[in-house]
Amino acid sequence: MWKLLQFEVFKIFKKPRTYIAFAAIAAIVLLIQVALLINGKEYVKFMLSSLDDTLDIPYTQIRNGYWICFAMLNLLLIHVPILVALVSGDIIAGEANMGTLRLLMTKPISRAEMMLTKFLACVIYTIMLLIWMTFLSLVISVVLFGTNDLVVAKEAELLQIEKVDVLWRYIAAFGFATVALIVVAALSFLLSAISENSIGPIVATVSIIIVFTIMSEMRIPIYDNTVKPYLFTTHMLGWKGFFYIKADEDGQTIRGSIQNLPAIMKSLAILGGYIVLFVGSAIFIFKRKDILS
Amino acid sequence: MPALIEVAHLSKQFKEVRAVDDLSFTVQQGDVYGFLGQNGAGKSTTIRMLLTLVKCTTGTINIFNKDLHTHREEILTKVGAIIEKPDLYKYLTAYENLSLFAKISGVNVPKRKIMEQLEMVGLADRAKSKVKTYSQGMKQRLGIAVALVHDPELIILDEPTNGLDPQGIADIRNLIIGLSRNFGKTVLISSHQLTEIELMANRILIIDKGKKIVEGTADELLDPAKTIVEIDTTDNASAIQKLTTSPWNKFLLSNGGRLQFQFNRSQIPSLINDLVGMKIDILSVQPRHSLENYFLSLTTAPHVEAAAI
Repeated sequence: MWKLLQFEVFKIFKKPRTYIAFAAIAAIVLLIQVALLINGKEYVKFMLSSLDDTLDIPYTQIRNGYWICFAMLNLLLIHVPILVALVSGDIIAGEANMGTLRLLMTKPISRAEMMLTKFLACVIYTIMLLIWMTFLSLVISVVLFGTNDLVVAKEAELLQIEKVDVLWRYIAAFGFATVALIVVAALSFLLSAISENSIGPIVATVSIIIVFTIMSEMRIPIYDNTVKPYLFTTHMLGWKGFFYIKADEDGQTIRGSIQNLPAIMKSLAILGGYIVLFVGSAIFIFKRKDILS
Repeated sequence: MPALIEVAHLSKQFKEVRAVDDLSFTVQQGDVYGFLGQNGAGKSTTIRMLLTLVKCTTGTINIFNKDLHTHREEILTKVGAIIEKPDLYKYLTAYENLSLFAKISGVNVPKRKIMEQLEMVGLADRAKSKVKTYSQGMKQRLGIAVALVHDPELIILDEPTNGLDPQGIADIRNLIIGLSRNFGKTVLISSHQLTEIELMANRILIIDKGKKIVEGTADELLDPAKTIVEIDTTDNASAIQKLTTSPWNKFLLSNGGRLQFQFNRSQIPSLINDLVGMKIDILSVQPRHSLENYFLSLTTAPHVEAAAI
């Protein structure tokens, strides 16, 4: 299995298409960083304009590496699924289309083992993508803008997290985001197993995410308690929960606290369930499939 | 010789199409086994079932005396294959392709052996070129190297000469003959290049509409007494005139001014000697009796009848 995993990862990182995602993230993050370096004050004013009257923290203090990273994660984690689907949607269907799948399946590897290894390779790619995103959005932002307390808006509430209390929250948030993106990888992997060309699974994954995201965001009572709690897109933004800190009776935030840890754990469990469902279905289907490509 | 492949009552149903219908055959160790049939006859489906790419509807396949269904991985370790086009990873080099497939073939293949394989198929000097820069013939040869890199006992080749030029076809043919004669490999080869099969295979199976038409050795299937020889000379009309008074006249076929004979293949040298003696200038001699005539007579006759009805 280890040799097969090396084989799959090697193939992924030998394809020029793989680097589109890395280049796209680098371009977006660097453009935002340059813009904030030049016009950061105006951007912070704009972002917190609704809280302008109550805000007693200087803008220069708000605009720091941690805050910029938070703003970028809000932006990127909605679009990164498309980049994840580029590789995981191609991993089986692309081989079927290219004709290499039939050669691969004449080798002494069980179908389940091959599928599991291909999925693990997608997971490795997703993790690499997130490490790259973390490096650019957190490490480079901290280097360029320094660190300070992190100010986060939750609806009409403004939360201030001490700078010594921020880093672990980012580590946890990136961990959560990894699980969320693995769900996307698992979905496009499932679609890839039932398709003969890679465009279909990539487009279908993106379409499903768009439809589910719209349903997750809609405030319609009929969906609120029936469909929404079970959509994976509802839980994908659960990473933000790590930044929703508790406050005491005087309004002072409590270091190391999280407002609703059970909700985060529940989201993680649902996302985990989706991964098992998608990957299990993909293996089940592929094991019974005639390879005619 | 022990049987290496034993196929019994194999069938495959694709919705309304019965691609393979109650097919049984046996491949002995050391055979170059030719698998013949027209397009859509069920050759590729059968080969895909032998390689577990397609699940059989009914029937059993035993390879190396083991059931393919229950010993799949163990059996495939000793099998090398090309199925139709040799599609490889175009964005990788020949060396990388070979090295990767060697790694997952279940045996340890040293780098030296990989280079030897590339040398054997004449690609050593292009080992570091990406496959996307290769010609069809080079891809085909690399495909053969991939099939052989882990030193399999059984080699299954589905239409390995497809898309090749005459030199490429001859190279592949020589390679296959060499593998059988020099290394004792068992080869199952399907093709619609019937003359190619005739030149390589010691045993032949002909199928049509998924059913076995005939199986046997090349000698059994071919009747050398019915070889058709077509000769082209500088003046065919004059040659025919000269031949009417010779003993060869009784073998001469009436064929619109063309010089055609039907006789035993072994008589070809005597005929050529006599033609030279009669001062007939020969441009070419083409023995046309072959498996092709036999094959076409077996597989097309029912269609012609059906069409006539």
